[in-house]
Amino acid sequence: MLRYLGRRLVLMIPTLLGVAIITFFMLRVVPGDIVEVKLRGDGGSVTADVIAAERARLGLDQPLLVQFADWMVGLVTFDFGISMWTGRPVVEEIGLRLELSFQVAVMATVVAVLIAIPLGTLSALFRNTWIDYVVRIFTIAGLAVPSFWLGMLVILALLALFNWLPPITYTPLYVDPIANLSQLIWPALAVGYRYAAVVARMVRSSLLEVMREDYIRTARAKGVFERLVVMRHAMGNALLPAITVIGLEFAFLIGGLVVTEQVFNLNGIGRLFVQAVSRNDFMLIQTLVMLLAVVFITVNLIVDLLYAALDPRIRYK
Amino acid sequence: MAVASAPALPSPVGRRRAAWLDFIIAQPLGAVALFVVLVMALAAIFADVVAPYDPLEIDWGAMLSAPSMEHPFGTDSFGRDIFTRVIYGARTALAIGLLSSLIGCTLGAAIGIASAYFGGRVDMVVQRLVDMFLAFPIIVLALVVVAILGRLPVLGVDMNLVLAIAVPIVPKVARVIRSSALTIVTMPYIDAARTAGYSHLRIILRHIAPNVAAPYLILLTAFIAQAILLEASLSFLGLGVTEPTPAWGLMLSGNASDFYREAPWMILFPGLAISLAVFAFNLFGDALRDWLDPKFKT
Repeated sequence: MLRYLGRRLVLMIPTLLGVAIITFFMLRVVPGDIVEVKLRGDGGSVTADVIAAERARLGLDQPLLVQFADWMVGLVTFDFGISMWTGRPVVEEIGLRLELSFQVAVMATVVAVLIAIPLGTLSALFRNTWIDYVVRIFTIAGLAVPSFWLGMLVILALLALFNWLPPITYTPLYVDPIANLSQLIWPALAVGYRYAAVVARMVRSSLLEVMREDYIRTARAKGVFERLVVMRHAMGNALLPAITVIGLEFAFLIGGLVVTEQVFNLNGIGRLFVQAVSRNDFMLIQTLVMLLAVVFITVNLIVDLLYAALDPRIRYK
Repeated sequence: MAVASAPALPSPVGRRRAAWLDFIIAQPLGAVALFVVLVMALAAIFADVVAPYDPLEIDWGAMLSAPSMEHPFGTDSFGRDIFTRVIYGARTALAIGLLSSLIGCTLGAAIGIASAYFGGRVDMVVQRLVDMFLAFPIIVLALVVVAILGRLPVLGVDMNLVLAIAVPIVPKVARVIRSSALTIVTMPYIDAARTAGYSHLRIILRHIAPNVAAPYLILLTAFIAQAILLEASLSFLGLGVTEPTPAWGLMLSGNASDFYREAPWMILFPGLAISLAVFAFNLFGDALRDWLDPKFKT
């Protein structure tokens, strides 16, 4: 197990290095850089000298390989540089938003799991009855309705019922838990619906598969109550594939909530990313991409380890 | 003797009914979804005939009017008819969805098949590359591509936007098609083709590609739905289709949310259109999968 973990951790390095190389050089292929956007953005005329000086200040006049080496050394020593736009440390810019994005992702996961597991189970156990059909339509609709639009509908409803609009400022959980939760529960619900739909479909199909296994027949033949067959023998095995989906979706939510954040006035990682891209803030984009890649790979690793921990049949070599 | 051929596709030999009739009987829900898709496609193609107004026609006199007989879905803040713009929006959504899914799936399938066929070091390198691209969230990858490529309109469709949506599809398709192709490359008929001295290209195109056609088609329909969603998201952010082109995501963005109180219909109908389109493609994709892939038959 430890050796397996070690091997996986070592294998992360080439993948992350590849992501770094792709991102770094893809960004530099774009004509124009942040200096142009920053100084010429408003149509003001600036002399070439000023532009060159600003480039030099940001290190953009260095050869690409030197810039890349600089960045790599920084990453390894946990010095992530400063945002080329705001001049503040990248760590600070990201840290502010990560807290919010992480909280929304956790809340959405809780919402999704609470909805998905009962629904998926019911749908599988009452296959081809009206319960199954209702659940399936509910879940297919969940895949179809864009989360950000659902968010807009939620705002419309809250506006009509309570005259509530999403606040402009963010209240951290430890400052005022009630204000925080009443702000974040709505985006979490809007995103959680799609999430729940994905997970419920997985629970349904894997439970259906498990119920056809020999050990279920054996349990029934022994005369075990049907409820125990489902709870003890089937559920544990059926939930394993759901863990994979939950992991993938969770990793996605950290950086992928771009549009929903916009709708709810949330200043999260996704929004930071859009800002960074539209301002050509290379430092910030690079580091954000690396962060998201690390989150994704780590979550995948955790999922694989959970598999081994939960299912004794799986052994890693 | 249909044993050695095409394990992935149900052999059409011995089917008496026409394929489309068989699909309708076996998958009634899928047939309904296909019908919805076709209606949308026809409305998109013949938008000039179907739509009651000009999608760009500004009418200050009818600004923000509620749904009525003249304007079934109401009007927006420029007095443009929303029903008309939803119909023209179908044109944008379907064109971009279809093109980007087609490009992404075809490229992904080519990479997946090559990876499985050549195996060894090629497979290793390709799979690591796929891993890297999978580590980006879809929308983030699309955003980066949008930033890099700028705009390139061809016949009213922004080809760079199409590419930006196609790129995140490629690694996902490559992974799935590779796993289907892996079982094909071990078949005796591939060995036979090799022994006969056929070129790699011929073996790939004539002997492997037709056998992964079923998963390819399934992925193609599934990713049209994904592409429509992604296009709507990018347009919403102002990074996709731009004004004044009618596009569903764009209709929901910017000034629409300023009118939560005054004109909720501006938000309601474009979102419904996105949902219906994605719903129909997903449902049709599911039905196609059940119908084409005997593994999923119950």
